[in-house]
Amino acid sequence: MTIRDIITILISAILIENVLLSQFLGVCSFLGVSKSRKNAVGMGISVVSVILIATVVTWLIYNYVLKALDLVYLRTIVFILVIASLVQIIEILIKKFVPSLYKSLGIYLPLITTNCAVLGVALKAVNNDLSFGHMLLYAFGSGIGFLLVMYIFSLIREELDKRNVPKAMRGVPIALIVASILAILFSRYVGISPKEKEIKLENKAHVIEVMEEIPSEKYFEDLGGTIR
Amino acid sequence: MTRKENFLKGFFKENPLFVLLLGCCPALAITTSVENAIGMTIAFTFVVTLSNLFISLINLNEKIREFIRPIRIAVYIVIIATLVTIVEMVMEAYLPELYNSLGVFISLITVNCIVLGRAEAYASKNKPLDSIIDGITMGLGYGLALLIISFIREFLGSGTITIWKELKIDLTGLYKALNIEPISFFKSSAGAFLVLGIVLGILQAIKNRKARKTKEKRVVKE
Repeated sequence: MTIRDIITILISAILIENVLLSQFLGVCSFLGVSKSRKNAVGMGISVVSVILIATVVTWLIYNYVLKALDLVYLRTIVFILVIASLVQIIEILIKKFVPSLYKSLGIYLPLITTNCAVLGVALKAVNNDLSFGHMLLYAFGSGIGFLLVMYIFSLIREELDKRNVPKAMRGVPIALIVASILAILFSRYVGISPKEKEIKLENKAHVIEVMEEIPSEKYFEDLGGTIR
Repeated sequence: MTRKENFLKGFFKENPLFVLLLGCCPALAITTSVENAIGMTIAFTFVVTLSNLFISLINLNEKIREFIRPIRIAVYIVIIATLVTIVEMVMEAYLPELYNSLGVFISLITVNCIVLGRAEAYASKNKPLDSIIDGITMGLGYGLALLIISFIREFLGSGTITIWKELKIDLTGLYKALNIEPISFFKSSAGAFLVLGIVLGILQAIKNRKARKTKEKRVVKE
């Protein structure tokens, strides 16, 4: 895997295929917890770490246990059990060894079991047959994308609370409309991906090639027809 | 609460999506066509009804209830995940196109807050028959919400209403008559957020108006 591949995977996971804004995974916690900056960052960091650990563990179980035993259809049950127990273990470990972190992140951990971003990323990684390295980068990028959008969104929402929003739109409706504008912004990142750029350049070269030939009269007629 | 009230509550009074704001993820992701919304409704209603039934049956017996108390969430999740796996397998075998277009969101019914929420809040405290009714009304109420959103998105986004595979209402003629193109923005992810936000805003406005009217009536009476 070259550095170019690594950057491509990371950028597409963080920006282009953002878990929240383009794949709609974890929107419930996104709307619920993003009211203040502190909560949003706390939830975001917990999600990053749980997604990363859970995806690695479920990927290993899927490829080395379920596939070997021909029990692939059990993946949903196995994955959700693994995630639920992982979250429990992480909670106990943090409580024991880093009590200060537990105080700030502890309340978010039980919520993460039912956060669809965790199960969604784990399932997508195995459904798309990703290699180990690709899966690692994909899980990390998805988590970072979640954290990034949570943070931006919480800043906007803090500011929104001070503004005079129409009564009917207060709370969740206006938050969804802000999310819509954010999604428009994020959808513009599609051009960043090197693959897309190459395709665009190829198309351009093709157009130039075509135009260098002297256009016949029929060409202009056809052109006029399509415009009309 | 009578059975009839119990049955009707999921549609308006306690609509899982519009009032309780649960299950937003599939409501945004799969509502690009009415067909998807119908498929999701069937899968979801099946899961939530049967999970309610089994969970209320487990809780019927005092002894078992006390026994599973500390691990009840894990038990509920396993029951729900089993039902979801059944739906997945049936759908993959008989409706492969629908299975592909719903994608990972069929499996994600497992972590849908509505299913686990009903199990904990309703089915674990009520009799099996009431729990079944609760499951059906929650499933269909959620389906109604999905249908409204997907109808708006598909009509504005592509000008057709796909009900089931070939059964399609073509309204592109309407756009041609007005000399405009369907707005493909509504098929994108940003359009999903916008439609859900506006629908919720309208519902909140209606609710505010009702509250104000009842308040005025009370003032007049006094």
